[in-house]
This record gives sequence, structure tokens and C-alpha cells, in this order.
Amino acid sequence: MTDRPLKVLIAKPGLDGHDRGAKVLARGLRDEGFEVVYTGLRQTPEMIVTAALQEDVDVVGMSILSGAHMTLVPRVCEQLKSKGLGDVLVTVGGIIPDDDIEPLRTAGVSGVFGPGTTIREVADFIRANATPREA
Amino acid sequence: MTETIGTPAERAAALSSAARAGDRRALARLLTAVENHTAVAEQAMRILYPLAGSAHLVGITGPPGAGKSTLVAALIAELRAAGRTVAVVAVDPSSPITGGALLGDRVRMQSYASDDGVFIRSMASRGHAGGLAATSTTAATVFDAAGFDIVLLETVGTGQSEVEVAAAADTTVVLEAPEMGDEVQAIKAGLLEVADIVVVNKGDRPGAQRTAAQLRAMLAPPGGAGPGSGPGGKRPEVLITTAMTGDGVPALLAALDRHRAAGKDEAAPAARRARAAAQVRAVIVERLWERLAAPTMAVRTEAALDAVARHESDPYAAADALLADLGREETP
Repeated sequence: MTDRPLKVLIAKPGLDGHDRGAKVLARGLRDEGFEVVYTGLRQTPEMIVTAALQEDVDVVGMSILSGAHMTLVPRVCEQLKSKGLGDVLVTVGGIIPDDDIEPLRTAGVSGVFGPGTTIREVADFIRANATPREA
Repeated sequence: MTETIGTPAERAAALSSAARAGDRRALARLLTAVENHTAVAEQAMRILYPLAGSAHLVGITGPPGAGKSTLVAALIAELRAAGRTVAVVAVDPSSPITGGALLGDRVRMQSYASDDGVFIRSMASRGHAGGLAATSTTAATVFDAAGFDIVLLETVGTGQSEVEVAAAADTTVVLEAPEMGDEVQAIKAGLLEVADIVVVNKGDRPGAQRTAAQLRAMLAPPGGAGPGSGPGGKRPEVLITTAMTGDGVPALLAALDRHRAAGKDEAAPAARRARAAAQVRAVIVERLWERLAAPTMAVRTEAALDAVARHESDPYAAADALLADLGREETP
């Protein structure tokens, strides 16, 4: 069953209310043939990990513009691992200073996408790096 | 890593017992197998189907924007307050062009992250046209066998004739928004005919009372005559809710429970019989297609399809010939 679409969770952790980018990305990834679960604003790490687990997604993409990524993203990565979801591909998009990219990678983030990234770039990255669920 | 080791039957057994013991990740993985139609899913159904049958399967359907997801969220809150566990299968459409989908129903169903009594699963319709995904009924069976008290099947936003949910559910709730149409809309054939309960949501909007009154008059007229009282016809209760605030939701839950209790005598077995027929029929069709695509038959099948495509044969003659061929293969 290799032809089934990859499933991607798009989440907005934390308190910033700017979800236009997340929605544009969710829509763009839909057009790229992914099944996109969009969970909306103000997600806690627990909510994101629960959604990832219940939906059995291949990818978790987080959009953060508030600067809280160094607090929230490692927490999501830790909880994914502790729930047995360490093989889920984690990506982050938004305003991420260059200095933070390495620590985020160490925490378990595979892709960091800043302003100007095209949807096609994100889609290609996911197709190249995600491992589809098997059962 | 129970899910990648062993035969499909072994993996299905491991996942099924883990899911029934409360392992949410195993449950999620089983649902993925079901969605992807894998060998594990088939083996799991052989284990789980006999263990299912006690959950109340409730279909929630209605036009886009009527408030289905918000009502499901309000029902979850009400059910959890009553100590009942609830699973949700929320279907959104797949793109016919790219196969992609935007599954947005969770947006309205937040705040159960740490509650093991709630499990929400979004499903893309993947080309299935009846309002659900082809695998939604099977997903509901998995939740049923995993011990959830109630399974809510939320359809895609429907038009007038996506009535499939009625076969999948014990109780079908059709949602309407105020001022969606006049009495003539209410007496057209289709969606409203399969409703066990009709809910006018957005009850705080002007026109909600009037819409409900019109629906009551047309669907269950006093005195008995009318579409609801015909042969096999239903006489749905008409309720008003405001899902955003929770107004009317306790009454809806009470109506669901009443419908289920009433159905225990006669209607539910009929609904379950119809569901069984649909499920077995789907498997028969699938099995026949598999046999027609098998190496011994594939050449003949392809030739028959080509002949139909060129209008040299017709679909009926081709189907009869292929079925006859299958029959001959069986009794050599």
C-alpha cells in the first residue's frame, strides 16, 4: 500500500494567534496530495502529541511565530518519543533564528523552514524524509 | 514494534489485544491498517468483529457549516460528564484531483488531550462518495471492540442524498441550520428521510424556532398522515440545539438514548441486518475483483474490459462471461 497519501499534522503550539501561514501551508500540502490534519490555534504540547498519536500521522509540522519554539518544540519531541512516536518526522516553520536551528535538530526536529520557503520545498522534504506508517 | 514483526495474523492479534487493553497507539495503528485496507486489517476484523456490537453507533450528518463538528464536541462534553467513553470518526473529503485532504474537524474538538475516554480520528473520504469513507464502518467496529460506549460517525458536509451513514449507524442525526429552506425542502426525498433525530442547530439564530416548527409539521405531522408515517418511514424527533453554548445538547443525548432503547426491540436489528448485508456485499465484490485480477484470470479480465471500452461488448455480457469463467475455474 505505498500509494496511500502521507498524513501530516499541522499544529500551532503556544499562544500566538497568527495562523494564516499554517492554514496556507495546510491547504498547499493538501494540493500536494497529503492528508493534512489541521488542529487550529493555541495547542499545548500534550494536545499536539495526543492528536499525532490518535491520527497516527507520519509527520508533525509546527508553526511558531512567537519566539517560544525553544520551550515548546523540544517538549513535543520528548513526548512523542515517550509515547513511542519517535519515528514521526518533525518539522518547524516560522520565525526561527539561525542560532536555534542546531539545538532544535538535536531535540529531534528534522526540518526547519523560515520565511520564503515554498510549499513545494516543504512537500519535497516530507516526501524524501517521512517513513509511512505500516501495519 | 509489534506492528512490523510476524505474519499479518500475528500482528493483528498483537495489535488487537493491545488495543483492547487500552493501548491507544495500537488502536491508532489498527485504524491505519483499516484505512489502508491491509492484510493486518482483515485479520484484525476476524478477531474484533465478534467482540464488537455493544457500542451505540451514532451518525451525525448535515450540510457543510451546519455545525456537525461543534455539535460532536458538545456531545463529547456531555458524554464525558456522564462518565461514558466516546470515539469519533470524523470524515472530510479527499481531493478528486490530487488525493490530498484537509481534515479540519479536530479544530472544534480540543481539550481532551489528557482524557483517555475520548479518541478522535479524522479520515479522508478517499474517493468514496456516500458521505463516509469506505472504511468508516470498519473503523467504528474497531472502536466498538476496543470498548468505547458510543461511536460518533461524523460525515463530510452532505447535500441531499448522501444517506450512507444511515446504514452505518444505529441512530442517525441529521443537522440543519435555521432558514435553510422552506417546507418543500423538508418533504423532498433523501437525507431527511433517513433521520432518526433532526436537529436544528444554531438555535440562537433568528428563524430557528420557525425552521423547527416547519420540520415538525412536515416530518411528523399530528394525526399520522405524512411522509414520516409511510411504510418503513421514520417519525424523527425534531430538536433545537446551540452547539456553541451546549444549549439543547442534554436533550439530544436523552433522545439518542431513547432511540437506542426503543430500537433494542425491532428497528435496530433491521438496521444491523442491513449493515451486515452491505459489509458482506462489499467483501464479496472485493473478493471477486481479486480473483478476476489473479494471474490465471488477468488476461481474460483485461480483454473483457478492453472489449467493453471499445463498445464491442457491453458491461452485462462481459460480467456474465467473466463470472462464468470464474465458475469453471472452480469446478475443473
